[in-house]
Amino acid sequence: MATQGITIDHERCTGCGLCVESCLFDAIACAPGRKAALNADRCTLCGACVKVCPVAAITQPEKKVAADAVAQASKWRDVWVVAELENRHVHSVTFELLGEGRKLADALGERLGVVLLGHGVQSLVDMLVAGGADVVHVVDRPELAVVQDEPYAAVLAELIKRYRPSIVLGGATSAGRSILPRVAILVGAGLTADCTALEIDPVTRLLRQTRPAFGGRLFATIECCTARPQMATVRPKVMKPLPTNATRNGDVHLEEIAAGLLASRVTQVSFTPEKAATADITSADVIVAGGRGMQRAANFRMLEDLARVLGGGIGASRAAVDAGWMPYARQIGQTGRTVCPKLYIACGISGQVQHLAGMSEAKIIVAINKDPEAPIFRVAHYGIVGDALVIVPLLTTALKKVATGAA
Amino acid sequence: MKIVVCIKQVPDTAEVKTDPRTHTLVREGTRSILNPFDAFAIEEALRQREQHGGQVTAITMGPAHAEAVLREALAMGVDAAVLLGDRVLAGSDTWATSYALAAAVRKLGGADLLFFGKQAADGDTAQVGPGVAAHLNLPQITYVRRIASVMDGKIRAERLLDHGVEVVVSSLPCLLTVVKEINEPRLPSLTGVLRARTVEIEYWNADDIGVAPEKIGLDGSPTRVAQVFVPPARTGGVMLRGAPADVAAKLAKELRIFVAGNA
Repeated sequence: MATQGITIDHERCTGCGLCVESCLFDAIACAPGRKAALNADRCTLCGACVKVCPVAAITQPEKKVAADAVAQASKWRDVWVVAELENRHVHSVTFELLGEGRKLADALGERLGVVLLGHGVQSLVDMLVAGGADVVHVVDRPELAVVQDEPYAAVLAELIKRYRPSIVLGGATSAGRSILPRVAILVGAGLTADCTALEIDPVTRLLRQTRPAFGGRLFATIECCTARPQMATVRPKVMKPLPTNATRNGDVHLEEIAAGLLASRVTQVSFTPEKAATADITSADVIVAGGRGMQRAANFRMLEDLARVLGGGIGASRAAVDAGWMPYARQIGQTGRTVCPKLYIACGISGQVQHLAGMSEAKIIVAINKDPEAPIFRVAHYGIVGDALVIVPLLTTALKKVATGAA
Repeated sequence: MKIVVCIKQVPDTAEVKTDPRTHTLVREGTRSILNPFDAFAIEEALRQREQHGGQVTAITMGPAHAEAVLREALAMGVDAAVLLGDRVLAGSDTWATSYALAAAVRKLGGADLLFFGKQAADGDTAQVGPGVAAHLNLPQITYVRRIASVMDGKIRAERLLDHGVEVVVSSLPCLLTVVKEINEPRLPSLTGVLRARTVEIEYWNADDIGVAPEKIGLDGSPTRVAQVFVPPARTGGVMLRGAPADVAAKLAKELRIFVAGNA
């Protein structure tokens, strides 16, 4: 029999209503002066109410853990990073994951491995070692020249079964978010998407994976008790790379892979990169984004001027994309892309919750908007109440002055 | 052509707000809606049926009231609907959910095309589509922004990736996850709405789809939620005031480390 649901001990319940607030599924009600009541039909067993109850009146049975599962799990060792290539270069997210993976491996007293799949990639090994890896597992095959979900997932699953790493990290890129869910199924592992923080629990030695949910309204910390490896994807720009150290030493394993695992039923016909160098806004350090307040497509040119001074890319709110001023590929928010740049400048964007969900993790947020009540100001580090069409060109000029030391 | 579209009922995240003062969730009157991405998946399934003939079945896994999203899909024009609901499925993470959905697709006798939205708006994981593909050992095409053709047992589609557009060809059967650029979902017609009220939805439980008890629900999920919390509010935001040229200069000073070449 599977685990039963949430129970509320009415002896303990004080009717405070905190559990009602915590429930995102409207599964608990608590009339004034009464005790909390659960609607089991709506309950998803997320456990949020259990954690907020101040008098421990709400309980959820612990997950059943097989007796030998804990012992089995402890046999899995080492932290792995799945390297990602883009245009024959190592993607910046890989170095960020190596930086984070190094911390986790050191906390566990284990080694940091990196898996490198591709064709003609052996020259990249040194760079990965310099970035923090102790071991590089290389699969260098012509069948892997183009990233394809099926063979990449099959090869990663095979290597995981071969070496049994305790933790596997990958980038939350379009490739990582396609390949790693397949791997997790193939190896029976738990996978947490888009983590913003990772740490090792000093007592249990489990990986604590924290991620936003409900468009950033809520954060959840996820653990995998016994399933291994513990898998997580992390968005570009969230973690910090280590300074490159060319004197580090690492082992290189050239891995043999059975030909059957390299077959793909999906084949690439063509790939058309976006033209601008900063087209991939998920990897941009600086993003200048425009919304309804930009008023028309031509006004995005002033955002491009500003972005050029800052070496950044252009983003847009849903309103600007729906108006046809910018392509969908540039849309930031829940129905577009999620970004985490060092600097995000929102120009004429009011900051609907769906937009905030896509950018509120940026390190520094600047908001320029006419409406002082716009929600964007609540997440902004710097706010200017004013017309973006007036402020942006002035800001561009002022930044150019700063650049030449005239200011 | 046999087409399956997997959809999900989610809380309307636009209505889940945090009280800026007390810093708790204000969830009063939160509605449950069809996951916004799934409307594009339903629409694309219907368009493929219109071009190639066949039948579209919508599946959702969830509690009894998730029936509402199936009625919505029926109103848009899908032919049949299945609600996979069982207390023992509650608490399933993406691994267990994709396992159960894969079993339901198998019970339907498989499909030539399986559609999913890019991700669900509550969890934003984007893991269940590829997870179902892995459980069924199917090829997958994620982030689809256009289907160029479906013929001779092959599908040609465009994917919207982080840094460009990829065109791929896959054999059928194939699983696709779609982005919102792919189409403009239709509004249900009046006859569609009327028909949706009368179509009988199939209710399946865990026994019907023959899933192993240790692989579903909370016990079958490799992950567990250890803690849930509301993120701390941002404090220390600065409003810059003054004449436009002055505030621009002030801001430029704050942002000087970002000026290209200085970084």
